[in-house]
Amino acid sequence: MAIAFRFDPVTLPPACEALRKEVRAFLADARASGLWAPAGDFATNHSPAFSRAIGARGWIGMTWPKKYGGQERSMLERYVATEEMLVAGAPVAAHWIADRQSGPLLLRFGTEEQRLDFLPAIARGESYFCIGMSEPDSGSDLASIRTRADRTDGGFRLNGRKVWTSHAHRSHYAITICRTSPADGDRHAGLSQFIVDLKAKGVTIRPIKNLAGNLDFNEVIFDDVFLPANRLVGKEGAGWQQVTSELAFERSGPERFVSTFRLLVEFARRIGSNPDPRAAEALGRLTAHLWTLRRMSLSVAGMLQAGETPNLEAALVKDLGNSFEREIPELVRLLAPRGARSGGNDRFEETLAEAVLHAPSFTLRGGTREILRGIIARGLGLR
Amino acid sequence: MTDVLVYDAAERLFADLATPAVVNAAEAGTWPADLWSAVTEAGFLDALAGGFGAALDGLGDAVDVLRAASRHAVPLPIAETMLALWLAKRVGLAAPEGPLALAVDGPEDHLELRRAGSGWHLAGAARGVPWARHAHGLVVSTGVTIALVTPVSAAIEQGKNLAGEPRDDIVLELELDARSVAGAPKDADAADVYRMGALFRAAQMAGALEEVLQLAVTYAGDRVQFGRPIGKFQAIQQQLALAAEQVAAAGVAVAAAVAAAGAGDLAFAAGAAKLRVGEAAGKVADIVHQVHGAIGFTHEHRLHQLTRRLWSWRDEFGVESAWALELGRLAASQGADGIWPFLALR
Repeated sequence: MAIAFRFDPVTLPPACEALRKEVRAFLADARASGLWAPAGDFATNHSPAFSRAIGARGWIGMTWPKKYGGQERSMLERYVATEEMLVAGAPVAAHWIADRQSGPLLLRFGTEEQRLDFLPAIARGESYFCIGMSEPDSGSDLASIRTRADRTDGGFRLNGRKVWTSHAHRSHYAITICRTSPADGDRHAGLSQFIVDLKAKGVTIRPIKNLAGNLDFNEVIFDDVFLPANRLVGKEGAGWQQVTSELAFERSGPERFVSTFRLLVEFARRIGSNPDPRAAEALGRLTAHLWTLRRMSLSVAGMLQAGETPNLEAALVKDLGNSFEREIPELVRLLAPRGARSGGNDRFEETLAEAVLHAPSFTLRGGTREILRGIIARGLGLR
Repeated sequence: MTDVLVYDAAERLFADLATPAVVNAAEAGTWPADLWSAVTEAGFLDALAGGFGAALDGLGDAVDVLRAASRHAVPLPIAETMLALWLAKRVGLAAPEGPLALAVDGPEDHLELRRAGSGWHLAGAARGVPWARHAHGLVVSTGVTIALVTPVSAAIEQGKNLAGEPRDDIVLELELDARSVAGAPKDADAADVYRMGALFRAAQMAGALEEVLQLAVTYAGDRVQFGRPIGKFQAIQQQLALAAEQVAAAGVAVAAAVAAAGAGDLAFAAGAAKLRVGEAAGKVADIVHQVHGAIGFTHEHRLHQLTRRLWSWRDEFGVESAWALELGRLAASQGADGIWPFLALR
C-alpha cells in the first residue's frame, strides 16, 4: 500500500521571476500613488479601482484563452502574481472569486455565449462575482440546501435564501447553487448552478456585520427571481459534480496560509534585525513552516498546471495552511507585552488586532477544518 | 538512474533483509553483517559520492535510500557512512571500506587539529558519535580542515539513543600524518557538514513518518471495537488526518531541501527541513501510538522500532528550537521587508 498523496517538486521557470519583479514594481508605484494601502486579506480588502488597474495589466484571468480576455499564461505565473499581491496585503477581494473560481467554472462548464458574455469583463477587473452556497440551515452539509429553481417559460424561477455570501453587496453576479429537482435517493443529484444577476427583480441583499465590525458577508434573498435559461451553468442536475471539481483550485493557493503574513512582517519589524533568542526562535519557526507550506502549495499548482486533480493534496494544504495562519497571532502575541490594539499608532498592534479578530474565519471559509479532515481521512481510505 | 528506481530498489532490498528480527538483534548488539554487505553491494553508500561536477550530485538518490531504509528501521550507519565518504572523497582522503563515523566540531563538540611537525595533532571530544564502535574509520570535520582517523583510535564510551542505535562518546588525542588531513572545501566547512547531517536525519524521519502513518491507517482499518473498525469513527479519522498533514509537510520539506542543496543553498533549507520534520515527528508519533492503543506500546509490535527512531533523530543534528534560533536570526537579518523576498527565492 502506497501513501495516498503525492507532492511533486516544482521549480519556478524564469518567466515567473520576471513577472514577480513586474508585479512588485507595480504594487510599489501604485501604493506610492495612493491607489491602495495594505489591509486585511484576500477576502476583505476590496477595491474596484485596484482590480481595474491590475485587470488592465493582464493579471486577472491570466491563464484563460486570449479570446476570452485572458493571457494564456501558466498556473505557476498566476501563482506568483497572486502570492505577491497577497503577501503585500493588496486589495484583491473585488475580483478574487471571479478570477479564481467563477471564471474557471465558466471555462470548464459554461456555454460559449456565457464565456464571451462574462469572461472579458472579469479579466478587465470590472465584473465581480460572489458564490451563493451556504444557507441558514445548510453550511458544511451543502447537499441539504433548499433554495430551488423551478422551470418556467424561457427559464427558471429562483426562490430561497443564502447566507455568508461574501461581497454580494459589492458584486454583479452570484454563482448560485440550488435544487432543480428533489433529492430522491441520491442527495447529490438534482443540484444546479446558475449565474444570478444581483440587480434582478426579487433579489434582496442584507449585509451581516461580522465580529470585527465589518460588512463583508451578506444574507441574499431570492423571491421569485427570473433566471433566463441561458444562465444555467453546465448541466442541469450536475451542480454537485461541478462544484467539487474546482476544489483543488479553491483550497490550495497562497490565500490559505498567508492571511496573517503581514503580522509576521510587523513582528519582524518590532523585534529588529538582532532579536533576543525567544523572539528569534518564534520568527525562525514560523519562517520554516511558511517555506514548507509554500512548497506544498506550489506543488499543487504544478499538478493543476499538468491537468491533474489533486483534491486530497489541496485539502492537506488548506487545513495545514489555515492552522499556520491562525498560529501566527497566537505566537507573536506572547512576545508583545501590550497586546493587540486598534486605532493607535502602532502597526504591529493594529495588525495583531486584525489577525486575532479575523482568525476564526480562516478555518471556516472554503471548507471547515472538520470537513477537510474528513476528506483527508477518505483519501487515506478510512471512509 | 532515476529517483524512483533507486527508491524502489532500496525499498525491496530492505523489505527482504531488514526484518523486525534483524532490527531487534542489532539493538541487542549483533552487527547485521549480511544487511551491511547487501547495502554495500547495491552501491547505495556511494550515491552521494558519485558525482563531483556539482558537489551534491546524487543527493536525491542518497535521500531516497535513507527514506526507504528508515521505513524498515534499518539498523546501520548508512547516513553517516554516506556523509563521511562524500566528505573524504571531496578532499581526496582515502576512506577505508566498511562503515564510517563522523564527528563535527560544532555547537556541542570541540575538535581541534593543530600542526605538529610534518603532521598534525588531533585532540578533542565528541558526544554521541553515531556507530563509532563499529566504524572502520572516523572522518572529523574541524571547521576548515578534515581529518581521517583509521582505525578509530579513540577512547570510546558506549552509549545508545532511544532506538538503541549506538551513540558513543569519544575522546581523541593522537598524531596524524599529512596524508590524513586536508583543507575543507569552501562549501563543506563544519557548519555545512552539520547541515548535511540535519538534512539526512530529516530524510530518515520522513521515511519513518510515512511508514508509521501507513501502519496506523492499516491498524485503524483492521481493529474492530463497538462493532466496527475504529477507523470508521470520526475521532480517529480526524487524528489520522492531522498525522497525514504532518507527514505530507515532512516529505515536502525534505524534497525542497534537496532541491535547495542542489542549487547551493543549504544554509536555510537544511535547518528549515530539520525543524519542520522534527516537529512532525513528535506530533505524528503521538497520534500513531494513540491509534494503536496498548499493542503499539508492546515490544512485540514493530511500531516502536520506528517511533523510537523518530524521537531520537529529532534530537540529533539540532533540535527544533536550535534551528529555529538560527533561522530566526537569518530571517531577522533580512530586515522585516526583506523576509518575503528572501522566502520567495526559496
